Amino acid sequence: MSPAATTRLPEIIKRREQDLLERWVKEQLSDVAMRRDVVSESQLREESREFLGLVAQAAGKSSLTSLDSAAWQPVRDMLSDLSRARAARGFSSSETATFVFSLKQPLFDVLRQEHDGQAATLTDELWTASSALDRLALYTTEVYQKGREEVILRQQEEMLELSTPVVKLWEGVLALPMIGTLDSARTQVVMESLLQRIVETGAEVAIIDITGVPTVDTLVAQHLLKTITAARLMGAECIISGIRPQIAATIVHLGVDLSAVITKATLADAFQVALSRLGLTVQRAPARP
Amino acid sequence: MATVRDETLEVRASADVVRLRQVVRSWAAELGFSLVDQTKLVTGASELGRNTLEHGHGGQVRLEMLNDDNRRGLRMTFEDQGPGIPDIHLALTDGYSTGAGLGLGLSGTRRLMSEFRIHSEVGKGTQVQVARWR
Amino acid sequence: MERIPILKMGDVLLVTIQVDMHDQLALALQDDLTEKISHTGARGVLIDISAVEVVDSFMGRMIANIAAMARILDAQTVLVGMQPAVAITLVELGLTLPGVRTALNVERGMALLLAEVGSPSRSLLGEADGDGQG
Repeated sequence: MSPAATTRLPEIIKRREQDLLERWVKEQLSDVAMRRDVVSESQLREESREFLGLVAQAAGKSSLTSLDSAAWQPVRDMLSDLSRARAARGFSSSETATFVFSLKQPLFDVLRQEHDGQAATLTDELWTASSALDRLALYTTEVYQKGREEVILRQQEEMLELSTPVVKLWEGVLALPMIGTLDSARTQVVMESLLQRIVETGAEVAIIDITGVPTVDTLVAQHLLKTITAARLMGAECIISGIRPQIAATIVHLGVDLSAVITKATLADAFQVALSRLGLTVQRAPARP
Repeated sequence: MATVRDETLEVRASADVVRLRQVVRSWAAELGFSLVDQTKLVTGASELGRNTLEHGHGGQVRLEMLNDDNRRGLRMTFEDQGPGIPDIHLALTDGYSTGAGLGLGLSGTRRLMSEFRIHSEVGKGTQVQVARWR
Repeated sequence: MERIPILKMGDVLLVTIQVDMHDQLALALQDDLTEKISHTGARGVLIDISAVEVVDSFMGRMIANIAAMARILDAQTVLVGMQPAVAITLVELGLTLPGVRTALNVERGMALLLAEVGSPSRSLLGEADGDGQG
């Protein structure tokens, strides 16, 4: 493998830029999978011109093997924007990656011309070019992935808000009815928001009702315990209600110590405890004559 | 992993630990950490800074703001040329303390971080490196 | 060095911590409080940390110490206003505050102290009161 110092790639890309652009656009347009309905020819031309220009610039400053360096940041940024834009328009991740991959054929053709008769050098240059384009194409898929993950995360957060509202049962009493399977991350988020609501409403009692929770694992049980301890440090008391027999068995089996926690079978029982803690009782109104 | 910012602070007096808390809070907020995570970072920095001061007889902390395309984080490396810790395993167990107090030290701080590395040699000094990712 | 002010409200001493304390300031507070409890015969100490964003093990020790010393001098301590992020971090650190009662805010804290140490001859807040208490 020839050392990067003697590569002619940067010079070739710069000198043959226009030619490369023409070949590349032609290549992309001839691809049957090309999304002509979503990307117009002029837009494609513009995107390709921009990418090639940035690559030519970066290759002039830094080696094609150090794509992580600052010199290549403009290229990465452009690909990042492109990837996100295309994802938003409904492109699949491989359709977006094809944008970069499709540059290989035109680039190889040009390199073959430039290195006519020098098989050894040509092989090295082809390898360097191929690796670089592979890396850049993979980069677009990474960005694509991240974009999708961000969407999912946002949707998860929104669902979380909807599925675990903190309810004010009475002045000073909050209830948190939990529904569905709890995972560690979700439990953590929910618990943090409960503590926040305790401060906001000045509630001294919070009832965590897990009637709608089929199973609990160690992590979730630990989060619950940590939340209860944290609430206590803040000056509020938590009551857990609605523990099903299966969960009770799991808790014992996991060796989680709930001895310092008030537990009640139903939300109603827990509410009664909460009221008495606050020195309140419910009385029947005297019968009207 | 690209280091976006890199700063080394002296930890020679308790005012330095106060300043360290402020800097870590500021960097953590800039990185977009949640309020709880910010608090964990600042508290951890305070614990380790105090250790450096009291057990390490003073030292330095290197703060690194890390940001690559995948994730962002804050790394803190505390270093001193103090007496060192003879038994690290013991020091990392809950309830261990050389001074009067609630005996938390390193094990508690470890729980606040995503990463925790410690290296210590008796007579040479101690280095503790922690990091928290968003 | 500036010191944290201690307010006397009847039989209760109120301390509001609003600055990021360095160690000397914290130790001075401990001393000042102990001195003042003894001097005034106060029966209750209310520590308001609603403006405090970080509580590390040192500060935790300070609070526990204050509570312990107060108890020896026949006074109850209540800690109020802990922020959620601080509470979560303390739990993660494994830091418990033995002997320290807690309440959501100053009002509740006062009510708690009233319930605990209200004396028969006069109410905790120093007002003339015909009803017996405690």
